[in-house]
Amino acid sequence: MPRGRWFWLAAPALLLIGAVFLVPVGWLLLRSLSDPRWGLQNYAAVFAHPVYLRVFWNTIVIAGSVTALCLLIGYPVAYTMAHAGERGRRFLVFVILIPFWTSLLVRTYAWLVLLQQNGLVNRVLVDSGLVAAPLQLVYNRLGVLIGMVQVQLPFMVLPLYAVLSRIHPRYGQAAATLGAPPVAEFRRVYLPLSLPGVFTGCALVFITSLGYYITPALLGGRQDLMIAQLILIQIGDFGNWGLAAALAIILLFGAAVTLALFYRILAARQRPLR
Amino acid sequence: MKKPRALTPWRALRLAVCGLVAAMMLAPLAIVLTLSFSAAPFLTFPPPGFSLQWYAKFFADPVWMATLRTSVMVMIPSSLCASALGTAAAIALSRVRFRGASLLIGLLMAPLVVPVIITAAAIFGAFRVWGLYGTVTGLILAHTVLTIPFVLSTTLASLRMVDRTLESAALTLGATPWRSFWRVIFPLILPGVLSGLLFALVISFDELTVSLFISTPTVRPITVQMWSDVRGSVDPTITAIATSLFLFTLVVMLAETLVSRRARGRRPPLAALGF
Amino acid sequence: MLAPVLELVAIRKVYGDTVAVGDVSFALGRGEFLTLLGPSGSGKTTTLMMVAGLVAPSAGTMLLDGKPLDPLPPYKRNIGLVFQSYALFPHMTVAQNIAFPLEMRGMDRREIQRRTGRALDLVGLPGYETRYPDQLSGGQQQRIALARAIVFEPRLLLMDEPLGALDKKLREQMQIEIMRLHKQLDISVIYVTHDQDEALVMSDRIAVFNSGRIEQLGAPEELYERPASRFVADFLGESNFFPGIAKVVGGEHCEIEHGKDRLRGRSRGLAAGQAAVLAVRPERIRLAPPGSPALASENFVSGRVRNIVYLGKSRKYIVQIDDGVEIAVFEQARGDRIPTVGVGDAVTLIWPVDDSTVLSA
Repeated sequence: MPRGRWFWLAAPALLLIGAVFLVPVGWLLLRSLSDPRWGLQNYAAVFAHPVYLRVFWNTIVIAGSVTALCLLIGYPVAYTMAHAGERGRRFLVFVILIPFWTSLLVRTYAWLVLLQQNGLVNRVLVDSGLVAAPLQLVYNRLGVLIGMVQVQLPFMVLPLYAVLSRIHPRYGQAAATLGAPPVAEFRRVYLPLSLPGVFTGCALVFITSLGYYITPALLGGRQDLMIAQLILIQIGDFGNWGLAAALAIILLFGAAVTLALFYRILAARQRPLR
Repeated sequence: MKKPRALTPWRALRLAVCGLVAAMMLAPLAIVLTLSFSAAPFLTFPPPGFSLQWYAKFFADPVWMATLRTSVMVMIPSSLCASALGTAAAIALSRVRFRGASLLIGLLMAPLVVPVIITAAAIFGAFRVWGLYGTVTGLILAHTVLTIPFVLSTTLASLRMVDRTLESAALTLGATPWRSFWRVIFPLILPGVLSGLLFALVISFDELTVSLFISTPTVRPITVQMWSDVRGSVDPTITAIATSLFLFTLVVMLAETLVSRRARGRRPPLAALGF
Repeated sequence: MLAPVLELVAIRKVYGDTVAVGDVSFALGRGEFLTLLGPSGSGKTTTLMMVAGLVAPSAGTMLLDGKPLDPLPPYKRNIGLVFQSYALFPHMTVAQNIAFPLEMRGMDRREIQRRTGRALDLVGLPGYETRYPDQLSGGQQQRIALARAIVFEPRLLLMDEPLGALDKKLREQMQIEIMRLHKQLDISVIYVTHDQDEALVMSDRIAVFNSGRIEQLGAPEELYERPASRFVADFLGESNFFPGIAKVVGGEHCEIEHGKDRLRGRSRGLAAGQAAVLAVRPERIRLAPPGSPALASENFVSGRVRNIVYLGKSRKYIVQIDDGVEIAVFEQARGDRIPTVGVGDAVTLIWPVDDSTVLSA
């Protein structure tokens, strides 16, 4: 059977992605080089202003912190999911998937209710005498991190779970019979086998975190901008398309480089698990 | 084989983290559900009494209803389009064996991976030029592109689990390639296609960042309305909307579970998510 | 033989640089049970898939009832195929699976029901209509796959290692079952296996495959008694090989020089001076005390017993002959005889010339 014929089934989707995604991104690139006139002045402006660089730095630090926190929390959860009994697994899958089924905006808003000055968390803390005065839990970086970790955790746990659930206990048993105590068994056998999941999860969380808008806009501080907020301000408030496009293209470039890096590491490490 | 395990430090840590995660994931949901039935005019917690006033307000308000209508008008065509295009692409790309196939899959997955602000800004810019800014068609196109990755990955995952010899078997038994696809392969990947559709529905309904860029006050999805509401007055109506949405997804999910239970494609848990 | 049902003429399949099947030709008689036997990767399954139409040949012709088969797509060939993995449709019941080929042929409901029921009777699983494949044991799935492949009365039944996934007991039971069905339905069968015992038990004829070619095609006895090549002698059953040089060639026989011994055997078209091996089956060799006399129609060599392996129904002796070659000898274990030969004893090995085959090395 001519296999080439099947390929045409993919054409409509590819055409649509081309028209509604690739072409606009190309247009954005063009805009960054041509608005208001041709040249690299928009990029030069980004690198010349410490304010913009600070926002980039903020974005990287926040995305990195979210990734690290998600990994730290997600690994034990994925491990438990992969090796717990059926009921434990079901419960955790339910818990992890809940965010998919509740509005992102509403969830973020709920954090606001929970964490604000006279919110539930602060009231419990004050009433129990743990703290003297209410803590500042939102409108700062802490709030952004709490909100983003909650949103991104599934994207860490699910790829991790996919890999961990395929690590058969016999590897650990083999290591144990070969004289490895539990810590060595984990460090030398389990952890290396789980790295593909770690890389996939980290790449996914880090890269998508770079472009977050809603959560930082609602829970973050006025002085603690992320790049997405800056882009929106440049377009919405100043109509400065050239600069906004340049910021977006730099972000895209950074995301692509990060992805390629993760991919390289992953490809070098990938061994079939059987 | 299974014996009660001792509470090692690692196990204790895991249980503690799982408990924390459960609290962290469920707390916002619990807050929203509770507040939506609150009798208080403000976001006081715990609520002083039970009331359906926010639901009443939601369903009586013409602005909410208009934006809800827009959302549904965008959600249904875009998720159907994404399902059709994504499924067709998954079938094609699971069959062709050439070097570029994984590149094409990467391209179709890009809207999921690329930071959403870039997509939003790019689409906004292009749509203004093309006259799609502030139109339902524009929203449908954008949401289709944003949801294709979900359909593609769920369908590819279920295609990967279908034994390819089944199709050969159908051919030797006298089925044309067309019939063997519809009678054998399609029923087996249907659960994947349906969960892709479900994802597309929910993602489209919940989409905010891109919609924020390309909608106008006249053509405005409900999430954008909620956004401006949240930034302005503090009104528990949005908790009622969120709860309604949650119940809606719950119903769809239950239906999907029933369908996939009937279709006897065995699949590991979470396969439907494409991971 | 009557006009053949299927004829393959110089069929070839090339993947890039590798030749999966090279110039395979054979004819399948009406009602014949032909087994394609060979190690994995020898091209037997590829040949079967080409007959089924699932793999396109690179060259050659196939004729079904004298008509070219190549232009027909698999769904128009009317050839039944039982897959190694059974390939039962998991979302259909047993009855729906069996009805599938009938439905594709546009039969009416009542006829489909009648034939489905009969097919289930035939494979001994009546009443299983509403089960799903995952509710069946491996052996039952195998039977359903068989029923599905024969229910539309194909011209030809192909089976690709159909018993590979079953355990030994069940496999033997299914072998007998398949042979019974073959007789009862009078259908022509091509059967692929790598299990030589299965091939010997079931087949009218066996084609031994090696690296994409047929090494030898013939009745089981012929292949066992008169292997045409060292590969066949080695793959089908067990053989001892004495390497040497062909010395005297004449008539049906050939004499080779193996070290200081001269050994004779049946031969086919060898030339004097050619490198050759003499092959003999371990169960044809007799162990005798050193220096025992041999008949003129017998070969003999002397050696020393290195090892004795108890196999239950027989004993296997490993004898090292004087030039270092190790020879296996089977002796039936009989209750009344305790072995008189022990490890380290010197022995003479004697066997009939007519049980030896001289092959080119």
